[in-house]
Amino acid sequence: MANTRASTYRDALREAHREALARDPRVLIMGEDVGRYGGAYAVTKGLLAEFGEARIRDTPLSELAFVGTGIGAALGGLRPIVEVMTVNFSLLSLDQVVNTAATVRHMSGGQFSVPIVIRMATGAGRQLAAQHSHSLEVWYAHVPGIRVLAPATIEDARGMLWPALADPDPVVIFEHAQLYNLEGELADPPPAVDIARAAVRRAGRDATIVTYGGSLPRVAVAAEELAREGIEAEVIDLRVLRPLDWETIVASVRRTHRVVVVDEGWCTCSLAAEIIAGVTERAFFDLDAPPARVCTEEVPIPYARHMEEAALPMPPKIVAAVRRACGKA
Amino acid sequence: MIEFRLPSLGADMDEGKLLQWLVAPGDAVKQGQVICVVDTVKAAIDVECWHDGTVQRLLVEPGTTIPVGTLLAVLRESGESAADVEQRIAATGAAAVPAAMPVPAPPRAAPPLAASAPAERRRVSPAARRRAAELAIDIDDVPAGADGTVALADVERTARVAAAPLPAAARAPAPAAATMAERAEQMRKVIGAAMARSKREIPHYYLAEDVPLASVVAWLGERNAGRPVTDRLLLAPLLLKGVAAALRRFAEFNGYYRDESFAPAEGIHIGVAISLRAGGLVTPALMDVDRKDVDRLNRELLDLIRRTRAGSLKSSELSAGTVTVTSLGEQGVGAVYGVIYPPQVALVGFGRVTERPWAVDGGLRVMPVVTATLAADHRVSDGHRGGLFLAALRDLLQNPDELTGPTTP
Repeated sequence: MANTRASTYRDALREAHREALARDPRVLIMGEDVGRYGGAYAVTKGLLAEFGEARIRDTPLSELAFVGTGIGAALGGLRPIVEVMTVNFSLLSLDQVVNTAATVRHMSGGQFSVPIVIRMATGAGRQLAAQHSHSLEVWYAHVPGIRVLAPATIEDARGMLWPALADPDPVVIFEHAQLYNLEGELADPPPAVDIARAAVRRAGRDATIVTYGGSLPRVAVAAEELAREGIEAEVIDLRVLRPLDWETIVASVRRTHRVVVVDEGWCTCSLAAEIIAGVTERAFFDLDAPPARVCTEEVPIPYARHMEEAALPMPPKIVAAVRRACGKA
Repeated sequence: MIEFRLPSLGADMDEGKLLQWLVAPGDAVKQGQVICVVDTVKAAIDVECWHDGTVQRLLVEPGTTIPVGTLLAVLRESGESAADVEQRIAATGAAAVPAAMPVPAPPRAAPPLAASAPAERRRVSPAARRRAAELAIDIDDVPAGADGTVALADVERTARVAAAPLPAAARAPAPAAATMAERAEQMRKVIGAAMARSKREIPHYYLAEDVPLASVVAWLGERNAGRPVTDRLLLAPLLLKGVAAALRRFAEFNGYYRDESFAPAEGIHIGVAISLRAGGLVTPALMDVDRKDVDRLNRELLDLIRRTRAGSLKSSELSAGTVTVTSLGEQGVGAVYGVIYPPQVALVGFGRVTERPWAVDGGLRVMPVVTATLAADHRVSDGHRGGLFLAALRDLLQNPDELTGPTTP
């Protein structure tokens, strides 16, 4: 039996960075406060002392500039990991990602690639108000030319960075801000993980709940409650938001005939919308109930705790949606 | 080409279970012939066909529960060849219908053959639709679940029911206790629905009149003297005769209220409320009560009660009533105020016949008296006419000789 040890999501990420820096001299970390401060979410804490200023680089407060610089470094042969504090701020650098990083391979006829990894926090739940709390993953998942990851477990936090660095094209990694303190066991040595497939986190026969990132723990709570009522939900963690692993999603829906997507983004034009559209196209005749979405209310995330909670796809809403899908509302 | 569909056998019926075919492909069918037996929550009903023809295809397997309106069989008319009918079936998109229904084959019904007004589309899940196709079950034959949607589980339940072997005597099987209870519960539901609709839609008014029965009872005594018990006339046919005669004079109590207007019925077919031993009741009709003599009515009434309780009513009997008569007399209550059975517009009730003091010619006599009541639809008549109707009924029942006079059978 493999050994395990206690870890947190944050520690697992830090370990992954340390390993990458140690294994590949081309790897460097850049971003606001990643060095002396240790990162907005303390992921890179201690790495400056360990690896020095050449590889852990604090940048000026300009997402456009430092993401663009990272892309240039990648084109020049390095393997930069660029940390953007949150997806909310990343909009300032969206042009660099969408118009440059995602397109260069295609526009150069395959002559150039951009092996950059861009990490950012996403999501609400910490009373940081509208400008720090949105879930805009779908803005990136919309764009061909980049791979989008959403580690939701300690194992994925530990394992996804290395294959992301190995990908010759841009990879964007979303870390839900509520997951950093997640505690759990991590196999020792940590297992290699892929950055291609969704994972079935819980097997069930009655309904498929598709989710990712920060919603996974909420879905787990909901699934337990549903199980007490006799509804066995299968929980799929997307892990990879682009390209989507339709095979895993559709195989599950074919077994359960019902699908509920839980997505912290807003409903309109969401990843949840894409998943339901894709499931309907691929498995229409397997569906035994209308597909359902549980998303964030269509408001800027409120500051007040009770308002914030009311806006988010919390377990009671998930339970209710799955019950409805199972005809047990 | 004749399409034979499951008829509605009453305001409270929206589905039935085909128990048995009494004809096979190739059989000639006469108008009025009973061609299949359908179980409703109330009773097993012999369903008649209203056209002459030859059975081309039977489309529903016994054991299948089907909604009212489902195509059960296709008949060819005289002059039509089998090939013609097949061609027409094909032309109307019913190619999926099996050429001949082999006995062990799974049930299958055709899509509607004729272009009819588009009905509201049923809510059927895609998975249920596909599973039904795999099982060769017509999705239209699958009853919806509690939420009104046909889901996978509903199809599979229907498949299990269809696959279950029918009891040897499908006509009147002795149902298991659970089935009896289930049926009683279901019947309560359908009666509840029909009566709720009645009370919701029909502005009822109620009248009552005490009717002395001294002459009628005396008349019966004479008639029955010397007859064996089994041949004795009952009081009920005389009361029915009285109602029919009164209805002849007051047409606004005999007929149907539909589409915002009343249409008087030509015949007087009296639905007789018959309670079932397992609970619930049905109201099969005695046809043309005004034109039949009491002896015949007596026989027919007894036959109707026997067949109702045995579960072998004809479809025409169940849906033909133009008015209803109920009598709770046996249970010993004085009067019954009924709920009208839509689309009928009146219900006549008789209470228990009791010996009561009655003033006659300035003196008191003790005689049998019954309280007759009328529940009627205010959209069609009012209390004045209702009162005259009850008074006429009272007077008619004073002259049994006239009432039972020569009639053309």
